[in-house]
Amino acid sequence: MMRHVLVAIVVVLFGLIFARMVGGYVELEALRPLAEQYVTRAPVELGTPNIITGILITYRGFDTLGEVAVLFMVAASVGLLLKKDDAKASSSKASSSKASGATANVSGPKTSAAKPVLAKTEAARAAAARTAAAKANASARAATASAVAVKSAKVAEAAEDDEAPRREPSEIVRTGTEVLLPLIFTFGAYVIVNGHLSAGGGFQGGAIVASGVMLMLLARPGSTLNVALLSIIESFAGVFYVGLGILGLILAGGFLDPRFLPKGEFGAFISAGAIPLISALLGIKVGAELSVIIDRFRS
Amino acid sequence: MTTGLPISTILLITGFLLALIGIWGMLTHRNILRIIIGFAVMDTGLHLVMVATGYITLGTAPIIDKALSKAEAASRAIDPIPSALVVTAIVIGLSVTAVMLAYAIRLYAAKKTLSIDAFTESKW
Repeated sequence: MMRHVLVAIVVVLFGLIFARMVGGYVELEALRPLAEQYVTRAPVELGTPNIITGILITYRGFDTLGEVAVLFMVAASVGLLLKKDDAKASSSKASSSKASGATANVSGPKTSAAKPVLAKTEAARAAAARTAAAKANASARAATASAVAVKSAKVAEAAEDDEAPRREPSEIVRTGTEVLLPLIFTFGAYVIVNGHLSAGGGFQGGAIVASGVMLMLLARPGSTLNVALLSIIESFAGVFYVGLGILGLILAGGFLDPRFLPKGEFGAFISAGAIPLISALLGIKVGAELSVIIDRFRS
Repeated sequence: MTTGLPISTILLITGFLLALIGIWGMLTHRNILRIIIGFAVMDTGLHLVMVATGYITLGTAPIIDKALSKAEAASRAIDPIPSALVVTAIVIGLSVTAVMLAYAIRLYAAKKTLSIDAFTESKW
């Protein structure tokens, strides 16, 4: 109760701050000088009708590169955070299967002989590090563990049997996925490559592609995503992105300057220098990265 | 339907209300997943606020096409900078949420509970 009162006070104080901000806000009547600069210069200098894309990819290109780096870092750290469990689970599974394999080989009365062997090796390892008391403890634990392992192997088999015939997706989901997936991917590609002409761009299109991947994983729970391939694609997109930035540094005004390619006709599909290229690379990178993140969150 | 308020003010109020709901949710709930949801709601509200500050009276999207000529752009387009920054903010918000969810999974693996009251090690 006390906590709720405190929270209420905090929220009310925040509310007061926000209320003052809303009260003091006057809607802009004209563009701020920097924005005016961008709005008037982007179409002329860069040849891109979509001014926001021009800002994101050129004027604030370095920010965007940093943002992509953050996304990459998140994909890596999520992988690190969630991978350890897998490794632990798989190693314990491997050990239990090893134990069950050993007990399977030495059938019948010999199982009791196999147990002490396992216990001894465990105990020897423990002895190197710990005292005799700990040793006794560990050997006792190891003995019970190996005894349990035989049981748990059976249980694990049963569990795997439970997992194997995972409930099939219903007809509606399956057919819907078949119809929708190509549309979603096409729409994502369209949003990516159309970013310099109209609303859209690499981030948005990449997110749409990743949502398609999400639908695919939901509809086919058993399917696996080729994470290694996606990582390679994503790394190459990043390398090419930086490479284009360096080309801009050499051939045009500065890092990530897209004007080293001809501007082309205003509003045409192939125009605005290297902006469509950078946008496409960005879309590929974001799509691959988000797909990897989604895949990592699957159990 | 016209209300007396300008559009940007309505957006600002909506955004700030969402942010308040998010703060309330983050502070009152004890389940880590609910705290993360509260953060996401607050994040969304602040994005709305940022976009709203870029609005210019009777402005339109800063995309040059048939409806907006190059000459008109400076007087009729909205401020493109907040919109461009919100793209960044959304991506960063997603990143933070993803990392928080990953940590939630780790915490659940450690204590088999998602209640924040169970994690007393870092409490003082």
